Amino acid sequence: MFRRLPEIETATQAVSFTIDGRPASARAGDSVAAALLANGVTACRTTPVSGAARGPYCMMGVCFDCLVTIDGTGNRQGCQVRVAPGMAVETQNGKREVER
Amino acid sequence: MSAPNPKFDFDIAVVGSGPAGLAAAALAASKGASVVLLDEQAEPGGQIYRAVTETPVRDRKVLGPDYWHGAELLGPLRDSGAAHWPGAVVWSVARPREDAADGHRPIQIGLSRNGSAAMLTVRHVILATGALERPFPIPGWTLPGVLGAGAAQVLLKTSGLVPSGATVMAGSGPLLWLLAWQYLQAGARIDAILDTTPKENWRAALPLLPGFLRSPYLGKGMKLMLEVRRKLTVIGNVTALRAEGAIGGDSALKSVVYTRNGAEHRLPADTLLLHHGVIPNLNLANATGCAQRWDEQQRCWRPTTDEWGATSVEGVSLAGDGAGIGGARAAEEAGRLAALDALHRLGRIGREQRDKAAVPFRAALDRALTGRAFLDTLYTPAEAFRAPADDTIVCRCEEITAGAVREAVRLGCSGPNQAKSFLRCGMGPCQGRLCGPTVTEVIAAERGVSPAEVGYYRLRPPVKPITLAELAALPKTDADIDAVFKH
Ligand SMILES: Cc1cc2nc3c(=O)[nH]c(=O)nc-3n(C[C@H](O)[C@@H](O)[C@H](O)COP(=O)(O)OP(=O)(O)OC[C@H]3O[C@@H](n4cnc5c(N)ncnc54)[C@H](O)[C@@H]3O)c2cc1C
Ligand code: FES
Repeated sequence: MFRRLPEIETATQAVSFTIDGRPASARAGDSVAAALLANGVTACRTTPVSGAARGPYCMMGVCFDCLVTIDGTGNRQGCQVRVAPGMAVETQNGKREVER
Repeated sequence: MSAPNPKFDFDIAVVGSGPAGLAAAALAASKGASVVLLDEQAEPGGQIYRAVTETPVRDRKVLGPDYWHGAELLGPLRDSGAAHWPGAVVWSVARPREDAADGHRPIQIGLSRNGSAAMLTVRHVILATGALERPFPIPGWTLPGVLGAGAAQVLLKTSGLVPSGATVMAGSGPLLWLLAWQYLQAGARIDAILDTTPKENWRAALPLLPGFLRSPYLGKGMKLMLEVRRKLTVIGNVTALRAEGAIGGDSALKSVVYTRNGAEHRLPADTLLLHHGVIPNLNLANATGCAQRWDEQQRCWRPTTDEWGATSVEGVSLAGDGAGIGGARAAEEAGRLAALDALHRLGRIGREQRDKAAVPFRAALDRALTGRAFLDTLYTPAEAFRAPADDTIVCRCEEITAGAVREAVRLGCSGPNQAKSFLRCGMGPCQGRLCGPTVTEVIAAERGVSPAEVGYYRLRPPVKPITLAELAALPKTDADIDAVFKH
């Protein structure tokens, strides 16, 4: 679980997007992975091998555990993509994703 | 490629805009070379200075003066005239096997930017790809809620996010202490720090202490560590760690179990931040064909370089933590040295001019590296964390345990490359970045030989996945494709 430091300006920097269809808000400059964590979503996918839940681990593009579907495109690295207004972020079911 | 397109043709490409890359690009371009600085991040800074141009954490005391030094590297870059391409993922660096018709053999760089792929031709490339956190495989490290401490620091720098709820930090090394200190300044909650630094390391490190006493970091480091120890609960001599979800559940972290003096203890935790050092991010150098060697002191693979950062591949040099861990200040100086050597190789400056210009940079580099050996030795992770117990997942992508790797060794698997075919270990999207070091250590220990003998994954471009849609933008003669993928 993560929270924003209180002194950080968010009002003028707010970005509205959706997580699995639910409205959510982040701050401009947040990566999608950061935006999920800031909204209390720690697990963003399940693995294709065992179906175990995973969430962002490295935040620098090397572990690939932050994979999510962004605006319909699957397997995007959430920590390497900035959240944008109106973006539709979907958590991924690993097994389904492989069949896509 | 057909006729060179000036927009995609440079004397020098620098990959990575951390301290090494920023300093290298600024120096090379200021001497008149045409330089492009490439980085997959949207903003310059690399890991240490991540988001330095735009961090929402405006209170300077939180991230500290070492962080804000990064801002000073940006002016020289701007003034130098180097082209700066953020958001460019480099997935291939290749020197074609044969000269082109005009007798030249430029280096080809494959990259993706704004959703499409492009090729650059350059005469020299400086890889400044930095470090990544050493994988810290413990049972349960794949649970959501378990992150690298460096990862959590990225969240702080880029987004001003800090952990809420019960938070445990575990491991060893300067970055763990730095993050704890930054959290203290920010008023974030840390329930405990579990220190896994092995007691025995002190014995090995002590003879190296005199060097460390001359280190420019000594004063700063001590102050920071003392403040953390005074204000937070630090539990030392931790010899085993486990992250657990709810009983029967694997969807999120619930507690951290640790062993100290032979007894197990349990702490409730919503977030566990793991860290035991950083290692070179060498995938791109490895896939480019640069020779690498096992570094016993830093317990990691590092590309082989000379004192200018030149690798075994002509026209490819390395600077910064990607060539072996030396820290940010050392990275900056190494970047300048690599730039001088590149200018010399391109015929822009003579040997004497290069050597003379290098003197202050080399002195500063030596200063920055003073005391490294002490830190490396003191913070070498215990074997139990480098080559973990059988039930621990080592390959996160394919969910392969240490036990499965050991079983493969018993069946005749002698190194990481064979482990790929035995187990698919290292075949996932991370391309071994999160399992390679552990797989090397597990196989070496099981076979009773040095990691040097066991070897490392042989990597091939592309080092980052590229989509067909991105590739559609590339010229596609067979020769072009060969140049990129089969050099
Ligand atoms: C997560 C993390 C946090 C750290 N925080 C600190 C800190 O706060 N203080 C400290 O003293 N040290 C820190 N370090 C240690 C770090 O290694 C520094 O010493 C310093 O950042 C190294 O500088 P560098 O220029 O060698 O590489 P880096 O600063 O790591 O820069 C490398 C750059 O290369 C880019 N890159 C890598 N591969 C590619 C590719 N294929 N295509 C395009 N771009 C690529 C990366 O995006 C990155 O921006 C941290 C390390 C990590 C891993
Ligand atoms: S969190 Fe590791 S790749 Fe995104």
